[in-house]
Amino acid sequence: MMFDRPARRKYFSHGMTILTGLSIVAIMVPLAAVVYQCVVLGGSVFNLDLFIKGLPYPCTPRQGVTCQQGGLAVPIVGTLELIALAALYSVPIGIGAAIFAVEYAGERASARIIGMVADVLAGVPSIVAGAFVYALIIIYDPTIVFSTFSGSIALSVLMVPIVTRTCEEALRTVPNSVREAALALGISRWKTTLRIVLVSALPGIVTGVLLAVARAAGEAAPLLLTLGDGCAHPLQGVTQEGCALPLWIFYGATSPYQNWINLAWGAALLLLLLILVLSIASRLTLDRMARRMRGE
Amino acid sequence: MELSTETPKMEVQNLTAYYGESAAIQNINLTFPERRATAIIGPSGCGKSTLIRCLNRLHETAPKARVEGSVFLDGEDLYGIDATAVRRRVGMVFQKPNPFATMSIYNNVSAPLRFNGRPSREEMDAAVLRSLQQSALWDEVKDRVDAAATSLSGGQQQRLCIARALAANPEVLLMDEPCSALDPIATAKIEELIAQLKNNYTVVIVTHNMQQAARVADYTAFLYLGKLVEFGPTEQLFERPQEKLTESYITGRFG
Repeated sequence: MMFDRPARRKYFSHGMTILTGLSIVAIMVPLAAVVYQCVVLGGSVFNLDLFIKGLPYPCTPRQGVTCQQGGLAVPIVGTLELIALAALYSVPIGIGAAIFAVEYAGERASARIIGMVADVLAGVPSIVAGAFVYALIIIYDPTIVFSTFSGSIALSVLMVPIVTRTCEEALRTVPNSVREAALALGISRWKTTLRIVLVSALPGIVTGVLLAVARAAGEAAPLLLTLGDGCAHPLQGVTQEGCALPLWIFYGATSPYQNWINLAWGAALLLLLLILVLSIASRLTLDRMARRMRGE
Repeated sequence: MELSTETPKMEVQNLTAYYGESAAIQNINLTFPERRATAIIGPSGCGKSTLIRCLNRLHETAPKARVEGSVFLDGEDLYGIDATAVRRRVGMVFQKPNPFATMSIYNNVSAPLRFNGRPSREEMDAAVLRSLQQSALWDEVKDRVDAAATSLSGGQQQRLCIARALAANPEVLLMDEPCSALDPIATAKIEELIAQLKNNYTVVIVTHNMQQAARVADYTAFLYLGKLVEFGPTEQLFERPQEKLTESYITGRFG
């Protein structure tokens, strides 16, 4: 035997501690690298023009030619429109499903089925969600297949399960004593649910909505088959072709033009910041909820 | 105290309450006299809480719970009318103080008015003042009714819950071990309060503390293993129990 037992345990313990520490480094490296890359390559276009100007004519600088930088005003507005519309359908549906599962289904099988459906839906590949919506809308009205409207439906398919799951969690954290307090005052079941339980769970629900928005804001795949390409001009309305930051990153980055490639990096940095802000906001509301639950 | 001279406020007839297949209380028959405090005592798990939760139809809100038999309030069967209407007439205070954490003191007390109708500011002010005075909390909170309900101490929170129940103007006040989460001083305050409240309300209190029952209740019911063993004036039940089981319990031989 090389070591006596206690020493072997000690070396094993040290070894494992180092390995787990290395895993922390391993997950930090890609994050840091992504942020670094986006800042270095996108930082040069990160100025006011980025937010207020339309896309530039595609151009690569060479002798005697200077290119416009241009800006991402159209994809920014397009993404905001998409998210707002998608939230409009997915938030009420998600909250409704969560209320049914937690407050009304109780321990019946339907509560578990809703959870299972939400989990499966969350696992649907996003390009499949896009293809589904494409096929759905083309039956309904072929002229609006490529539009902000159709893109927002595709995004809402991804948002619904996230909203449902996080709302369920939030509603379950509301102690049953709160429901009993309300019911015992002769407050009806639906008022107890909507005006007391839901309000108590609001921070958790806001967190869920922010998470869903963050997820949808960064998705390009479901929009490939649904959004079309309306980036060249200011957006015309939700039934016309739309434009979104992540999808435009794909177009810009795969183009041969240097100013588009630069702008695509700027768009990447912008998305990264947006998602960072949303994550921090959702974390803060969660913390606030946790503090309130402890009665501070 | 003599039962035959009292006006019955609530009457329980052949009441059996189930959780799933198991009956937590069986075939209970009991009368709660008007404007008296009645205590329900018994060892843990004997069905005291289940019984009191049947009196405002809260039992049936638990999963797989159901009730057989009748509970009459002024001769009207509670199980034949709307449950929310029952709960407006029969208020309840719980074991652990459960104020609405998202609301201020004022909004907690005015909650039954606000959620059950469209009261004017004056009506709410009047109800909040009356209820907080009745629950002996007014002097402690009159300067900060807009503070969070959770900023109050445990005993104050429990009196806030009593005020909230009273704001609904109930006829009966159910109290499910209202002092078990409180310290002795807060407990004494609640007990004094019960002595006051029974002048205006019919009070039913569940307690596992026999001294408390002896102090606050005019009548006492002893429950054991889901069955009513004995019911009578508190003094008689504690000093001259009719049943052997009651005597064993109050002398501390089990429980």
